[in-house]
This record gives sequence, structure tokens and C-alpha cells, in this order.
Amino acid sequence: MIRKLGKVGVAAVEELGQLTLFTVQSLFALAGQRYRAEKLIRAVYEIGVRCVPIILIVGLFTGLVLGLQLYYVLSRFSSETLLGQAVSLTTILEIGPVFTAIMVVGQAGSALSAELGIQRNAEQIDALHTMRIRSLGFLVSPRLWAALICFPILTAFFDWVAIFGGHLTGVELLGVDGGAYWNRLYDEITFTHVRDGFIKAFTFGFLTTAVCSFNGYFTHKLSDVPGARGVSQTTTRAVVYSSIVILAADYLITSFLIQT
Amino acid sequence: MSASQLLIQSLSKRFGDQIVLDAIDLEIPLGKHTTLIGRSGVGKSVFLKCIAGLLEPDAGTIALDDAVTPVPHCSYLFQQNALFDSMTVFDNVAMPLREKEKISRKDLEDRVFTMLEQLDLQDAAHKYQAEISGGMQKRVALARALITKPEIILFDEPTTGLDPERKFSVFEMIRQYRQQFGFTVIMVSHDVPEVFKISDHVAWLDQGKIAYWGTSESLLSDPPSGLTSFINPQLA
Repeated sequence: MIRKLGKVGVAAVEELGQLTLFTVQSLFALAGQRYRAEKLIRAVYEIGVRCVPIILIVGLFTGLVLGLQLYYVLSRFSSETLLGQAVSLTTILEIGPVFTAIMVVGQAGSALSAELGIQRNAEQIDALHTMRIRSLGFLVSPRLWAALICFPILTAFFDWVAIFGGHLTGVELLGVDGGAYWNRLYDEITFTHVRDGFIKAFTFGFLTTAVCSFNGYFTHKLSDVPGARGVSQTTTRAVVYSSIVILAADYLITSFLIQT
Repeated sequence: MSASQLLIQSLSKRFGDQIVLDAIDLEIPLGKHTTLIGRSGVGKSVFLKCIAGLLEPDAGTIALDDAVTPVPHCSYLFQQNALFDSMTVFDNVAMPLREKEKISRKDLEDRVFTMLEQLDLQDAAHKYQAEISGGMQKRVALARALITKPEIILFDEPTTGLDPERKFSVFEMIRQYRQQFGFTVIMVSHDVPEVFKISDHVAWLDQGKIAYWGTSESLLSDPPSGLTSFINPQLA
């Protein structure tokens, strides 16, 4: 039993080391590539632009629900005018970065992992090696940099849509004063809040793209079975691990930021 | 002295407890066609991948016999072609040039279209992998391998899954282009005895060792006893 636990522990540490090495190598591999801008723009389109509709929908419904829930909590204390502040702070600090990251992982992260896994199985990654093209620079690095660009922008977009959703429920549906909603928001939200939200967005983007790429790139080593089932296994693994990473990192960052 | 052979010395590779390549020594003549034969799972592709640098050998060296010239760049033709299915034929063939060589757009197009014409693929330039036949896919993979003018091309079972007629045409294509471009062929194949017709030399890999090495003619005229059953099971 202890031996088995030890083996699992050692394997986990080994994988964490490989992931770190993979991420660092990938991050700098873009430097050796030709047509960097072209690759980066394509990756920004895949991770950023294609995720806009889902962010719009999820952001809107999240704001609508937040407006509704917080209105009933605040109305118990006759503090409905604080709704704008409550919705915006909750969104900017917590829900915006976390939901955006989870949504992007669901859409772009899973696609990235599956694509790399299929490319591994189809020997396309080996083919790049035989053509002397660095596969990390060609396939992974542009995605990693694109995530650093897209996650904060998508998070900001989510925040605005959710705050607008809160306005729809609170002001348009439940009759909270519109001036109070927006004034409270502008008065209470500071640069520090926005900065903290962006710190989370950057971190989540970086970590989840690394986790998804790693699982796809090494699908032949990380899955129990070869072929399509192996890719399906590592894609699921990528999404599950990314979600755990988002929530764990959120807790750690929040603890750190609250203390500073 | 210019190099005339690729020297493989004490090449070893194991996966876990299983020894796949057991201190293999082999001298592969440059400019010739050498075919590696052997039973399934004996390690032929592993051997080829070690030469291509896709697998790190546990021990041994791969070098040219003049001991000065570095091992030339090897192109690799994968069993399933390994074409990028979301790219057109043109983009697949252009990829090594576009990514590795500083070349103008016009020169790149000229070189790619010349190569496509030489392999009779000009009409398929803007098609995707899914829109062309298996034989054409093989030629596209060959065009991609040839575009950087490699000195050595490694073929990993290039006729897998093809009917006898297509097998013959793939072998004929390899023979014809080797004559035309002058590259060295190192091929793994199961298609015995057909493959002997286009091979200059044959190596038989068995139990991690090179059990036979010789010219195709000598192999056909006087096959060693162990190899007879492999070449023609009905006669064994």
C-alpha cells in the first residue's frame, strides 16, 4: 500500500517536472520560429475570437443570475442600492476570471489537446522533427502566447457582459435605481480590483494552456490505450486537470492578494 | 576522402525489459538502396527512427565513415504519410521550405510547383489529403521529403495497406526518383521478395541483431536457411 502510494507520488512529481520543462521550453520556442506574427494571429483567433460567443452567453446568464440572487440577499437588509457594487466586485474578482477560464478550457483547451493528440498519433509531430521544425515552437508556443493575450481580454469582456446582465435583472426587472447601480460600481471598483482580476486571468490562461498542450502533446505517454480512445482520455484529463488547476490557483492567488 | 558509407556501430535500444536492438553493427552504402526486412515487431521501425533521431538509442553511434562529415539530414517517409490534413498539398510540400529556408515567395512557389510537376501532382496542388487517392498521398509525402534535397530518405513500410498493383507502382516510383535525384534509400519493408527487385542491399533483422547482410542478387541466389522460410513460407 505504502509502496503503491510512493510510486504514485513519484510519478506525479515526475510529471509535474516534465510539465514545467515543457512549458518553459514552449514559452521560449517561438523565438526560433519564422512567420511568428502569422502563427500568433491564428492562435489568437482560435483561442480568443472563437470563444467570444460562449463568453457572451455565459457572461450574460451569470450576470442575470447574480443580479437576481444578490438582489434578494441585499433586500433582506434593505441594501438593494448596493447591487451594482456587489455584482461587479463578485464578477471582477472571482467569477469573471474563473468562469472565463473554465469556458475557454471547455472550448479552446479541449480542442487544442485533441488536435495535438491526433497530430501525435498521426505522426505529424514526428514529421515536423524530421523536417527539422521545432514542434514546440510550431504547435505549442503560439497558443501559449495567444492565451496570455486572450484570457485577460476575454475576462474583461465577460466582466462587462455580466455586470450588464446584473443591471438587466436588478434595474430593468426588479426596479433598483439605475443611477445607484452604476454609481456604486464606479465608486467602489478600484484599479487594484481590476489588476487582481487580470492577475488571475493571466495565470489561468498560462496554466490551463500549458496543461492542455502537455496532455495532447504527450498523449502517447499519458494515456493507457493508444489511438482515438487515448486521445479522448487525455483530452478529458486535460479539461479536468485544468479545471482543478483554475480553482486551486484561484484560492492561492486570492489568499496572496488579500494579504498584500 | 569523401564519405561512402553510413556506419552504425553497437546500436542498442530497449523498452523496459525488452531488448529491441542488440548492439547492431551495419555499414549502409551511400547512394544505394538498402532494405531492412524482418518479422513484425522485431524492431525495424525502431532502427529507422534511431537513424532519423526520432528515438534516442541507449548506446551506439551513427556516423559517416570518413569520421569528419556530420550525418546528413535524413528525410523520413512515414507508414501513414503523416501529411497535415488541414493543409493543401501545396502547403504540405512547401512547409519545410517555408519554415526553414529564407526564400522569397516566388522562389518557394517555383520550387514547390516544379517538385509537384516532377511527381505528377500539379493538378492536386490545391486539394486536401482527404480529396486525393492513397497513391497520390504517398507521392505528396515523397515530394515533401524531396523538397529540401536530402541525401538520405528513410522509408517506413511505404506499401502498407496497398494492393499488389499499387505496391508495384510505389516501388517503381521510389526506384525512378532515386535514379532521378540520386538520394540514398534506407527502407523497411515486409514485401518480400518483391522489394528485392529495387534494392541493392538487404539486411535481415532478427532477435535484435542483423542476421543477414548482402546484395539482393546473392540473397535470391543463395538465401541462408533461416531466411528461406521468411521469404517464402510455402517452400519451408
